[in-house]
Amino acid sequence: MLKTVSAFAAGLIFGTGILLSGMGNPAKVLNFFDFAGTWDPSLMFVMGGALAVTFIGYRLVFRMKQPVLAASFSLPTKSDLDTKLISGAAIFGIGWGIAGFCPGGLLPVLGYGQTEPFIMLGGILAGMMLVKALTARGGDVSKLGKAARS
Amino acid sequence: MQISICFLIDLLKSRSEIHYIQFIETKDLITMTEFTPLMSLAGGALIGLAAVVLMGLLGRIAGINGILSGLVALPNTSDWAWRAAFVLGLLGSPLAVLMLNGSLPELSVPVSPVMVGAGGVLVGIGTSLGSGCTSGHGVCGIARLSKRSIAATLTFMATALITVFVIRHVIGA
Repeated sequence: MLKTVSAFAAGLIFGTGILLSGMGNPAKVLNFFDFAGTWDPSLMFVMGGALAVTFIGYRLVFRMKQPVLAASFSLPTKSDLDTKLISGAAIFGIGWGIAGFCPGGLLPVLGYGQTEPFIMLGGILAGMMLVKALTARGGDVSKLGKAARS
Repeated sequence: MQISICFLIDLLKSRSEIHYIQFIETKDLITMTEFTPLMSLAGGALIGLAAVVLMGLLGRIAGINGILSGLVALPNTSDWAWRAAFVLGLLGSPLAVLMLNGSLPELSVPVSPVMVGAGGVLVGIGTSLGSGCTSGHGVCGIARLSKRSIAATLTFMATALITVFVIRHVIGA
């Protein structure tokens, strides 16, 4: 119960941050990438603020033996670069540059009731399931499951 | 090299007039957005705070893509409840902002619905293969100084930059 309430609170804080920062607005996100045109450097400040707090906060948190409400920290164990990581990131960036929404920017704006965020969500879920289906066929489910959770 | 790139751009431009004009339809929607350094910094700090809270209390990475795919893939497990609660918090955040702020920040999508859908599919594929998105790699991963996350973030930032350049200044020019 306490876990669920904490996760809800974290989601609420995260979403509030997304909305206030402008990350939920594709016009602003795409302008950040448009150096040669209508450049808006705001998102640099979003990344800066988020990274500064997380960098310091994580260091304080990792001084604890375990998280307050769980037995251990669930951290990704892979440390090597591989083609899947880099090609996936490259494809993600192309999609982000086309549509202007990333998953974190998208969910908080669904409540606006506009159509585009729902189209985006449909696309993301379709893409996820496509990868899952293809990977399952190749017998590589465990690896993907691990990747999705990390 | 220079000549061949120019040739390529000309080729893309001439093709775009035939094939892509109706598909993109963004030109008059592209406008300046207000530079908001303080609001963006404060919003970013809240994103960071949420990531720290989730790690400190639940020991979890605040990667939206991972949480979302876990939600879709693993119903009825103990991990499902906190993911669902986190997503509910995200979905409820406009209400929190409305109460704090009195109004909602702008949402303007300067691309066609077709592009939103296509971008969505690529984001879904890419974040699944690459095990993360802006939050998981860009914020949480870099804060942990993970080599994989730094490489992934540099990669998706670069391809997003190139994509926007090509769409706005090569094809859409």
